[in-house]
Amino acid sequence: MQHTSTQDTFVGLFVAAGIVGLFFLALQVSNLSSFTDGDSYTITARFENSGGLKPKSPVSAAGVKIGKVSSISFDPKTYESVVQMSIDSKYNTLPDDTTASVFTAGLLGEQYVNLEPGGSDVYLQNDGKIDITNSAIILEKALGQFLFKSAEEKK
Amino acid sequence: MIQFLQYLGKSTRTSFTKLGRATYFLLQTLSGTLSVLLRPRLLLNQLYSVGVLSFLIITISGLFVGMVLGLQGYYTLSDFGAEETLGVMVAASLVRELGPVVSALLFAGRAGSALTAEIGLMKATEQLSGMEMMAVDPIKRIITPRFLAGLLSMPLLAALFSAVGIIGGQIIGSGLLGVDEGAYWAQMQASIDFKDDIINGVIKSIVFGFVASWIALFEGYDAIPTSEGVSRATTRTVVNSAFSILGLDFILTALMFGDH
Repeated sequence: MQHTSTQDTFVGLFVAAGIVGLFFLALQVSNLSSFTDGDSYTITARFENSGGLKPKSPVSAAGVKIGKVSSISFDPKTYESVVQMSIDSKYNTLPDDTTASVFTAGLLGEQYVNLEPGGSDVYLQNDGKIDITNSAIILEKALGQFLFKSAEEKK
Repeated sequence: MIQFLQYLGKSTRTSFTKLGRATYFLLQTLSGTLSVLLRPRLLLNQLYSVGVLSFLIITISGLFVGMVLGLQGYYTLSDFGAEETLGVMVAASLVRELGPVVSALLFAGRAGSALTAEIGLMKATEQLSGMEMMAVDPIKRIITPRFLAGLLSMPLLAALFSAVGIIGGQIIGSGLLGVDEGAYWAQMQASIDFKDDIINGVIKSIVFGFVASWIALFEGYDAIPTSEGVSRATTRTVVNSAFSILGLDFILTALMFGDH
């Protein structure tokens, strides 16, 4: 091999470019940089109806994303939806009378949990529970009520 | 009728024999890994001819594929007033599917055919038997370094393809068509998951690199040592690689993204 050192340089450049590409995908394209699983704590809220909420749906307070939904399960005794959320441990000053509601963002209907802090001095700890919850608004239900009401008014 | 049955049985048997030879060949190739790692120079030379020389075609194709995705996605999404999700569409289709698949197809066309022709010609000019005469194992000396180089280059090339494509989509989307640049990136970051999308894409590209290099090297090694035989083997490499890559892509997609 005559041009070994130029070849080495090109191979080095190629490998470096590939790794830069991977880093670009990891940091710029995916959500790896914005939120990691490492430092978070879990809180649970029980909803009468959690609507179209899915695991990984965002949890936000005052419009800022502070965590995500980690799991949703159905409690067969109380017939409620049990939503576990992992919150970034930076935000560990949520009062224990925080209200959790399921809202819809945008027209395309992505659903998220909105946390409305209350006035208590006691903060939510890991495995804490949120007692005050507002269920998701189901469009069909709301529409049905509206139609029913307007029909009654006409009478 | 009897003749037809005979032909059917014979061709079935031939294809199974070939698959068996290919498996044996793969095991032999893998068993040479250690001795190649002890002589990294061999691997480096092959990384140059397999990886570096495919660099240009991969990046240019990636750029154009990304730009086309940006253009087409914009036209479709703007009907729903959802141009801001252009980044998600471009990135998701590139990282999950197009990046690994198209770069593997290009890799099979650019590097795979070259490998088959090179090894087929080595066989036709009896260089491989010459090596055996000198007590040099041609599998360890020739085949394994090329196989490992293909296996290593493929994920890097696919990552480059996706990265360049996403930038191409951004150039068209926010440079030409006026999608907000912040929304392009922010929506993308919110929807693309590192583990589910990017790691799965990398796994796909490693599998494709494995299969494409295996097919290319085996076809070359198994070629009939004439000029016609080498040309047929090269054709078979491209055709079989394309089939296997697309078929495997379906299976991998069903496995990886099936549960949501």
